[in-house]
Amino acid sequence: MKYAGLLVMPAGFFLSIAAVLLFPAPAPRAAFVFCGLAVEAMGLAVAVRGHMEEIREKRP
Amino acid sequence: MTPIQPLSEAAFALTLALFLLAPLAIAGVALINAGLGRSRSAAQSLLGSLAILAVAAIVFALAGATFVGTAGAAGHAFQVAGKSWSWLGAGPWLLGGLGAASPQAQLELLFEFLAVALAAILPWGSGADRCRLIAGCALAALFAAFVFPLTAHWIWGGGWLAQLGVNFQLGAGFLDGGGAATVNVLGGLGALALVWIAGPRRGKFPKEGLSTALPGHNAVYVLFGCLLALVGWLAWNLAGAIVFLHAPLGALPGTAVNTLLSAAAAVLATFAVTQIRFGKPDASLCANGWMAGLVASSACAGLVTPLAAIFTGLVAGIVTPLLVELFELALSIDDPSGAIAVHGAGGLWGLLAAGLFAPQSGQLVAQLLGIATLLGLVLPLLYLLLWLLNRVLPFRVDPDGERIGMDLHELGGGAYPEFVIHRDESYR
Repeated sequence: MKYAGLLVMPAGFFLSIAAVLLFPAPAPRAAFVFCGLAVEAMGLAVAVRGHMEEIREKRP
Repeated sequence: MTPIQPLSEAAFALTLALFLLAPLAIAGVALINAGLGRSRSAAQSLLGSLAILAVAAIVFALAGATFVGTAGAAGHAFQVAGKSWSWLGAGPWLLGGLGAASPQAQLELLFEFLAVALAAILPWGSGADRCRLIAGCALAALFAAFVFPLTAHWIWGGGWLAQLGVNFQLGAGFLDGGGAATVNVLGGLGALALVWIAGPRRGKFPKEGLSTALPGHNAVYVLFGCLLALVGWLAWNLAGAIVFLHAPLGALPGTAVNTLLSAAAAVLATFAVTQIRFGKPDASLCANGWMAGLVASSACAGLVTPLAAIFTGLVAGIVTPLLVELFELALSIDDPSGAIAVHGAGGLWGLLAAGLFAPQSGQLVAQLLGIATLLGLVLPLLYLLLWLLNRVLPFRVDPDGERIGMDLHELGGGAYPEFVIHRDESYR
């Protein structure tokens, strides 16, 4: 689960980069960059959740 | 490429003088790390900071400096949509031609030497009481050889993030005069990856109940470290403003005032938050708040108004103690030094604040792209590299070493040989 989250995060990065290349207008560009950051935040949340499960399983 | 501003002799001399004070930031962080760790690991913590500084400096000289490059110099780039994306510097090997380089390039290099050392020390504090010295040195070598040069080239060395303004009309490109991204966020994300891989200290998260409190052993070290860090940070932000933001000398007092205001607002906010939460102010959390204010100022002190600097510090000071608590109690992240919240989150907030309050249009999107790069690309890359490193050279000491303390296990003697070290209740 942690690895899945970490793999999702670069997808958000590429979405943000795509925004710069695809949208010259400021408003859609900013919206797309925010979407990229939201994807990264979701990936981070999944990774953190995976870490919490790992810790729970390993508790003495 | 953006033309490099010529540096006056006065600015060169002042920057050089500031670099004599900047290592105090490293000293402050090292002292804070030692104080927030346990008494039986204090000597190992400080020796580790020294060793990490040494390894980072040598590896950066041998390899890393080559890949950072300087703005306007040759680099490795590819073309997308008709724009050049410089992703890696291509400077001379082994600091070749240093004496003949421009004063600007020499100062940039000196700044980077200090920056890589501080960035590598931050994860060491998060791995306190369980990570081996050799692992800290290996991590420093990895940072100095590859991770830091890559990020520093993108931001400071004329790389694709710095060129966002020229290529896509996004303000002045990604701005980070004092190293909020290249030093603090990089170190904070490295700390997160290290903590995830090495795991928590033994007994930190018991099977039942809340996490065990393992308080730092010396609040005086921690708070004195904060005062040292203030001097270092002032020097760091002023030097960064001259070298990377090309600020005129007349703008420097404003940068210094903003640095101080951000830290002051942050510590007062943390003071109030901990007073409300616990009935009394918490010394170590207030230290974390102070540091978070300094870290946030690294990104924006040279760009914003004093009022904006106070707001930046206030937010950092309110959020930091809450994040420290959230990480420990809810997310099972054992970070003794608080580097993830203080340097990672504090740095990200500073970068965002620089975009919010900077006068140039499009600057916010440039800053957001930088943040997206750090979170979406650098964090997974760091995790992968540290995971591989951990397979070759395990970070974590064996359980017996952790039980007797890192000082005895790794150094053969404690930091306080004349004092009785109390039995650890968490190992019952």
